[in-house]
Amino acid sequence: MELVSPGIGLIFWMTLSFGIVLFILAKFAWKPILKSLRDREETIDEALNAANKAREEMKELQFSNEALLKEAKEERDGILRDARKVKESIIEDSKTKANEEANRIVESAKESIQNEKMAAMTDLKNQLATLSIEIAEKILKEELSEDKKQKEYVQKLIDDVKFN
Amino acid sequence: MINIFRPGKYRNGGLILLAFFLILTVNLSASEHTEEAQEHAKKEYNAGESIIEHIIDSYYWHILDWGETAVALPLPIILIDEGKFHFFMSSKFHHGHEAYKGFEIAHDGSNKGKIIKISHDHHGEQEMPLDFSITKNVLALFISLIILVWVFLSIAKAYKKREGQAPKGLQSFLEPLIIFIRDDIAKAAIGEKKYMKFLPYLLTIFFFIFLNNLMGIIPIFPGGANVTGNIGITMVLALFTFIITTINGNKAYWGHIINAPGVPWWLKIPVPLMPIVELIGVFTKPFVLMVRLFANITAGHIIILGFISLIFIFGNMNMAMGYGVSVISVLFAVFMGILELLVAFIQAYVFTLLSAIYFGMAVEEHH
Repeated sequence: MELVSPGIGLIFWMTLSFGIVLFILAKFAWKPILKSLRDREETIDEALNAANKAREEMKELQFSNEALLKEAKEERDGILRDARKVKESIIEDSKTKANEEANRIVESAKESIQNEKMAAMTDLKNQLATLSIEIAEKILKEELSEDKKQKEYVQKLIDDVKFN
Repeated sequence: MINIFRPGKYRNGGLILLAFFLILTVNLSASEHTEEAQEHAKKEYNAGESIIEHIIDSYYWHILDWGETAVALPLPIILIDEGKFHFFMSSKFHHGHEAYKGFEIAHDGSNKGKIIKISHDHHGEQEMPLDFSITKNVLALFISLIILVWVFLSIAKAYKKREGQAPKGLQSFLEPLIIFIRDDIAKAAIGEKKYMKFLPYLLTIFFFIFLNNLMGIIPIFPGGANVTGNIGITMVLALFTFIITTINGNKAYWGHIINAPGVPWWLKIPVPLMPIVELIGVFTKPFVLMVRLFANITAGHIIILGFISLIFIFGNMNMAMGYGVSVISVLFAVFMGILELLVAFIQAYVFTLLSAIYFGMAVEEHH
């Protein structure tokens, strides 16, 4: 058995057995092994992609959350601003209304004061007239207690009538 | 012997000690040299013969020598001679000392060690039957193939059972190698699109060569057979690669051989120099594959056996010297053994990588 002269028997057995083993391994070992390796890698890839996607979505969600928050703040500010305006306008309104009311009250008070005054004046005048009549009556009674004077007075009255 | 050493010498380094030891033993043995020479003259140790015996194929699986008797596994002999089958165990030859059924193991000549037909004409051609015997290498080949099938079928089962889960045990040990071959050899050399077709073959040859290289390093049964260091085995492997390359060669591949681009026209016409060179290249590639694996593994084994033989060569001169040399020899043999482990992987890798590159060349699309 020389070192570099291959024996036909060994070549025959090698070709036969190696061929069979190659076939068996290719069909029953390498196929399932490579398939499951690929499947696992795909699963890992998918999982990584999904994680990335989720991260991005989270980021977007955060973004939209922030936007939402900002919007809400703006809306709140707007509402507050509006409320302040409304409050001011209400105050303004009520002020003017109160002023008007007050003016009106004052006016009507003035009017009624005027009326009262007028009534009082009239009353005063009436009383004054009554009083003056009474006074005149008393004076006349006093004056006309003497005949001479009565005559003089009648004379005078007659004189006055003549002028009318 | 120990008395001869002066205590002071022990303070020196180990190597100096060893050197002294060797020198002293040589001097010491001078007186008894004649006696020993006579004793060993009968069976002179022939290192070359012994080494070759260890690395070539055999009809026995020699396990060990126990005293004078060799413990060897007899192997079945299958011969076809003139259309007739002959089947018997190799023990019938009594280690080559006897003939059986008209066959014997040749002791000399170009067919030394092979089975020949007995002829009384010693000067004539030795006739040889067709020899399909289950020799040591064939048996080792079967054992390794059974291991290969068993290991990878069990791993395939593990992959099915533990689908989508992390690998475990043997599976996790071999998975990096499988992925390495797939990604760094097949995908890199053949390309993303076509590598799947060749991957089963590449994986099979890688693990076949790697396993047999490793088993070749193990010195005891069932290791120790020089399977990948046998040119018949590497020839078949190279032929598989050659046939797959040739079958899958596309138009661009053959076009490149017949009309190599980028070569001046006068190298092709009228004398087709380049096509001839290219065509020779088609055959040298598998030839080189065959020789590289064979030579690397065989050379490694020869070196280790050479170091071990040194022990017996010196031991034949003188017993103590044999022990002395054994220290150095074993150290070197251990070093070579570790190197062989590396070579076992590298040669499996190189064979697979080159096969992949040839497949890649065969299926490469023309740019």
